[in-house]
Amino acid sequence: MRVVHYLNQFFGGIGAEEQAGVGLEVRDGAVGPSKLLEQLLGPEAQVVMTLVCGDNYAVEHEEELVTSVLEKVRGASVDLFVAGPCFEAGRYGMAAGALCVAVQSQLDIPVMTGMSEENPGVDLYRDALYIVDSGTNAVRMRDVLVKMANLGRKLVNKNAIGLPAEEGYLRRGLLRDQVVEQTAARRLIDMLVAKVKGQPFESEMLSTSFEPVAMPSGVKDLSKAKVMLITDGGLVPKGNPDKIHGTAATRWGSYSIEGRDDLRGEEYEISHGGYDARFVQEDPDRLVPLDAMREMEKRGVIGKLHDEFISTSGRANPLSNTRRLGREMAEKAKREGVDAVILTST
Amino acid sequence: MVQITSAMSIAKMVGSNRVVLGNGIIHVTGDAKLAPEEEKDLRRKLVQKALDALSDK
Repeated sequence: MRVVHYLNQFFGGIGAEEQAGVGLEVRDGAVGPSKLLEQLLGPEAQVVMTLVCGDNYAVEHEEELVTSVLEKVRGASVDLFVAGPCFEAGRYGMAAGALCVAVQSQLDIPVMTGMSEENPGVDLYRDALYIVDSGTNAVRMRDVLVKMANLGRKLVNKNAIGLPAEEGYLRRGLLRDQVVEQTAARRLIDMLVAKVKGQPFESEMLSTSFEPVAMPSGVKDLSKAKVMLITDGGLVPKGNPDKIHGTAATRWGSYSIEGRDDLRGEEYEISHGGYDARFVQEDPDRLVPLDAMREMEKRGVIGKLHDEFISTSGRANPLSNTRRLGREMAEKAKREGVDAVILTST
Repeated sequence: MVQITSAMSIAKMVGSNRVVLGNGIIHVTGDAKLAPEEEKDLRRKLVQKALDALSDK
């Protein structure tokens, strides 16, 4: 089994925070924790290459890093790609997640990483990856690597992967069929009785959790601010040029409103299966309030209304997808110097 | 960012932190029952409220 292991500058032995800016370095064989991983994976396993990169460099040059790592891994006939464990190091987790996703999707090689539940990389990548729960303390390195090695062997040998609690990875939100002894009604009543009696029980449904988002400070001077309109109500130009699906949309579009004071129904349609769109079809300003915003611009209440509005359909969409859409929209807004956004949601 | 929505509970659940209550799922910034000028006035008020929220007024 040929393994490539990605480590940050700290675990790769380059140095602490002062070395976080170093670019990707390639070491032959195992380095630091990779040696232990190699040993735990068994006699047939060999860490053929350890990739080490500074946390700051990794986050600031993610695209270049991904490209270089793909190149190295592609040339090494690898059976398993491992990144971390990253514990609660956020930048390390973000890089590990991005690299694992790239190697998995583009090279079709099994991948795995380790993080603590609170690592921001978990939020972004838990749906796509096996992320072993590392806890926050690097003192547990050995325990974590034992779990990673067990899971890694199973991934390479294409063995069945057990439930998150059995294997020690963080819940991915995947649904799988299982034959059970009791009907749903029976299981429900058993849980209810346990709850009433104050006994422990395990729910079969886990509600999604949302990490709190820090509130950015307010816009200091609206009269100088560029404001953008975004909607998840699915308003698109007639013909839906970007083919945005009305359900579980994977794309968003950006449409010009330059020089317009008002949106006219005959030029738009609504790609959204979740609400009665007749009223918006009649007058799209009921969803994307262009007329009122244009007035605010003319009166100098805001500095400028951005020349395009963004639209997608916010219906029945997995979080992993909507988070990506949101990130992409935020990147565009930032790139185009937008100071504030009004999002209208149906 | 400020969100104008009629699904306030969803906005709160996902942690949206500047939210203005819209005028119904089917026309967040409108009202089909109003005369055009009244409707536009409603929209001005909603948009103004959203801008106030953006500037922490």
